[in-house]
Amino acid sequence: MSDERAKQPPEISTSTISDEELAEVMEREKGELERTWARPRGLHGWLIDTDHKAIALRYIVTAFVFFVLGGIEAALMRIQLARPENHFLSPDKYNQIFTVHGTTMMFLFAVPIMTAFGIYFLPLMIGARDVAFPRLNLYGYYVYLIGGILLYAGFLLNTGPDAGWFAYVPLSGPAYSPGKRVDIWAQMITFTEISALVGAVIVIGTTFKMRAPGMTLNRLPLFVWAQLVTAFMVIFAMPAVMLASSFLASDRLIDTHFFNPAEGGDAILYQHLFWFFGHPEVYIIFIPALGFISPIIITFTRRKIFGHLALVLSLISTGFIGFGLWVHHMFATPIPQMGQSFFTGASMMIAIPSGVQIFCWIATLWGGKLNFKTPLLFVLGFFAIFILGGLTGVMLASVPLDLQIHDTFFVVAHLHYVLIGGSVFPLFGAFYYWFPKWTGRMLSEWAGRLNFWLMFIGFNLVFFPMHQLGLHGMPRRVYTYLPETGWGMLNLIASIGAFILAAGVLVFIVNAVWALRVGAVAGDDPWAAESLEWAVSSPPPHYNFHNIPVVHGRYPLWQAPEDAPVVRGLSTTKRETLVTSVLDAQPELRFEIPGPSIWPLMVALATGVTFIVGIFTPWAFLVGAILAGGALTAWFFGDPNYENRPGHDTEEKSETVVPPGELQPKEV
Amino acid sequence: MIKLTTTSRRILQCLLALCFSSCSGIQNSINPAGPQADSLSRLWWLMFIVCSIVFVLVMVALLLALRKRTPHSDVTPVLEPPADQERRKRNVVISAVTITVIILFVFLIASFSAGRSMTAELANKNGLSIELNGHQWWWEVKYQDVDASNIFTTANEIHIPVGVPVTFSLRAADVIHSFWVPNLSGKKDLIPGKINTIWLQADKPGVYRGQCAEYCGLQHAKMALWVVAEPQEQFNAWRQNQTQTSMPPLSDSQKRGQQVFLSSTCVMCHAVNGTPAGSNIGPNLTHVASRNMIGAATMTNTREHLAQWIRDSQSVKPGNRMPQHNFNEADLQSLLDYLQNLK
Repeated sequence: MSDERAKQPPEISTSTISDEELAEVMEREKGELERTWARPRGLHGWLIDTDHKAIALRYIVTAFVFFVLGGIEAALMRIQLARPENHFLSPDKYNQIFTVHGTTMMFLFAVPIMTAFGIYFLPLMIGARDVAFPRLNLYGYYVYLIGGILLYAGFLLNTGPDAGWFAYVPLSGPAYSPGKRVDIWAQMITFTEISALVGAVIVIGTTFKMRAPGMTLNRLPLFVWAQLVTAFMVIFAMPAVMLASSFLASDRLIDTHFFNPAEGGDAILYQHLFWFFGHPEVYIIFIPALGFISPIIITFTRRKIFGHLALVLSLISTGFIGFGLWVHHMFATPIPQMGQSFFTGASMMIAIPSGVQIFCWIATLWGGKLNFKTPLLFVLGFFAIFILGGLTGVMLASVPLDLQIHDTFFVVAHLHYVLIGGSVFPLFGAFYYWFPKWTGRMLSEWAGRLNFWLMFIGFNLVFFPMHQLGLHGMPRRVYTYLPETGWGMLNLIASIGAFILAAGVLVFIVNAVWALRVGAVAGDDPWAAESLEWAVSSPPPHYNFHNIPVVHGRYPLWQAPEDAPVVRGLSTTKRETLVTSVLDAQPELRFEIPGPSIWPLMVALATGVTFIVGIFTPWAFLVGAILAGGALTAWFFGDPNYENRPGHDTEEKSETVVPPGELQPKEV
Repeated sequence: MIKLTTTSRRILQCLLALCFSSCSGIQNSINPAGPQADSLSRLWWLMFIVCSIVFVLVMVALLLALRKRTPHSDVTPVLEPPADQERRKRNVVISAVTITVIILFVFLIASFSAGRSMTAELANKNGLSIELNGHQWWWEVKYQDVDASNIFTTANEIHIPVGVPVTFSLRAADVIHSFWVPNLSGKKDLIPGKINTIWLQADKPGVYRGQCAEYCGLQHAKMALWVVAEPQEQFNAWRQNQTQTSMPPLSDSQKRGQQVFLSSTCVMCHAVNGTPAGSNIGPNLTHVASRNMIGAATMTNTREHLAQWIRDSQSVKPGNRMPQHNFNEADLQSLLDYLQNLK
């Protein structure tokens, strides 16, 4: 019976059967879906599970652990700097700690956790059963995990990288950083690059080809737009740092001279390659967070967003302009003034799309009846902190002024204002907003408010004084300072603030643990929100949607008619989802999604062996290629689509499933 | 660019004293002592004031937007807000964006003109020329001159005449460093294999501290230098002294100290002109006693500190390249006598 139905093309159901029959069919289908999408059990099952929600939660928990580790490192640095000539940390330890702190926060926390939100919510928001490449997704997670473990194993064995998270040559080169510290950094970069690229491919594939019928690009939620723009940025930015870190690794391992000035190499080349990635990286962290803000504002102002088109265009233009600013990290190097002026202009220009977005959000808030819950509170905190960071960013864009404040604590203040304000505050808002969807339970409002105020006050106490420290001449990355400099007081204030900020994070952890045990039960849609993820149960079923919905507007749940049609005809006994067209989400074909497999783990292990042993001998790459090649071969033989014919070779013509006229895309 | 009068700037500084207290200091970018730092500081105040106003306005707009609240989640969503209201909002947003663009253009022009005034004059200046070479973790300072007898090398302390532009050509011996004396000018990197240039000028006599601003390894934190700006005559006298060979030892103890110096590992790295010691791996010590600080402006140059430095510099500046020396007490005292005589 079900096989027969599976052969029919998907179509919009028209109710011609009685209610009892319908209920019976629905029950049976749910049972079949449960069995088809069941997650494998036990440790082995845990290793091979490809459910995007499970992988995303693993990403989120892992990244949060790294966030806490990075935070502990920050607290250690603040203790060391609390007073002049402090001996809490040796210079060697301090240099390792600030390097690992930066590396952790950028590569192991911020980028993966943002990708993780995309991996969790993309299929739910666009009405798909899983992401486009579930096994690749699992592989990406393992590679990321291996990279993180490598860094911390090195750090705990006193082999933590100590050349800064940017690892400038020649300091990071073989002559001035002997030992394996910098190699660990370079290979860790490789792992996170692979993982980020994998995530980007999944986001783009899922967004473009797996949207529910009716969800035209024009109706794509802003969250998904943000993820999409970020994914494209990752694809263009990551290869640059891959080049930089690989050249560095080969300079160190096999005596090439890419960056060795004594042999005709160029130290500045490294900086160009690194910052061509490094600046877009900031937006790779920040743009997904902008995607958290819009849905939170929509939900708690109870109105459509003001300037949807302007917001989308701002995201896209940020993505483009973000690639034109990298030289503002290098104004102190010999660069002709005309070139510097170009990058000043570009750097200032990026304030325009940011401004457009801020103004649109404030316009949305204006006159709305605000439901003042914790997620909205964090978004408001974002405004206060991020705008200040954005304004100091404009100052840093000016070449001459930058020459005074570059590489000082002013920059430390600026970057934390934009990254914590721009990303971490929206992220915590997103935790409060979506925690009920992940777990089925609500976080405490009361603790949420406490969490917010501790973080907000603590944050400003730590980082506001740093502006002044920078202007008063305190350079970055110093393990101590002399008492005569007069920097002691402000540093002490910052150090006190660090512990208040940490207390805020601790409140969140307690709140989360408490909510998991005894939190109020959330229900499907506790915020009465508009996007599709709230249409399914909390936590969502493994197959996400029993019937893939048909979307009627930008705010699917708010705009759903009484008898909203759904997509019928997808197999309930195979892992099928609907593939639709890129622009208008017209159904094209049914696609069987690969399920659990051990091979992603095997390929990840082969990758791990290659790059970790590659720190010691170049032969690792030969052995690793053979191992990975074998594992990949096995992986592809196991793919259910191995023998799939494309849709146009079968009778499953797409024109039979064109939605009726009233479902055609139209302006909202 | 807004040109603030001295009085109004001072008033402003007093007003801002609450959040920006202690605007004095010898390593401070908003306490300018030269023309470049001055124009940078003016650019800073312009941007600071405009940005502060923008910040306050946006925050007020945000707070005003928060007036209406409801405790309920299930208020009927508004999908078609009143058209005239949306139009008004659109006009406000468009104006705000326009104002942003105008402000950015003002900043761009102000920044460009400040930058031009700083670099364009370089060609016309015909003052002192210094070659600065960055080492892990100290500064080698070579005074250049058309008159070869005026060329000499010193370390970590740069004397310049007041009111005279000084051109620096910046090089690095090992890794990237950055030369930054905030009271006088912005920073420029010292990059191995490249030559970078910067010029600065002090208008007031005084001592200005500078510190390496590019992370350069273990002792990046303790790689500082002093710029001593003094009137021309005083500078000439200083230069006259620096170009001389080292002071010959006078007392017996000093003579013995010289023997200790020349017969120990000191000579592997340090030079004292007029003696066989000629290595340039470490700072040139020909006139070490004339300097105010030792250890790259880490400690004052007292007999006690010098002794501590020679005996165990690693406890002061862990990881620095000077090995430990186990001189006996008598040798050490003689050595100190000798070094302190190298004025």
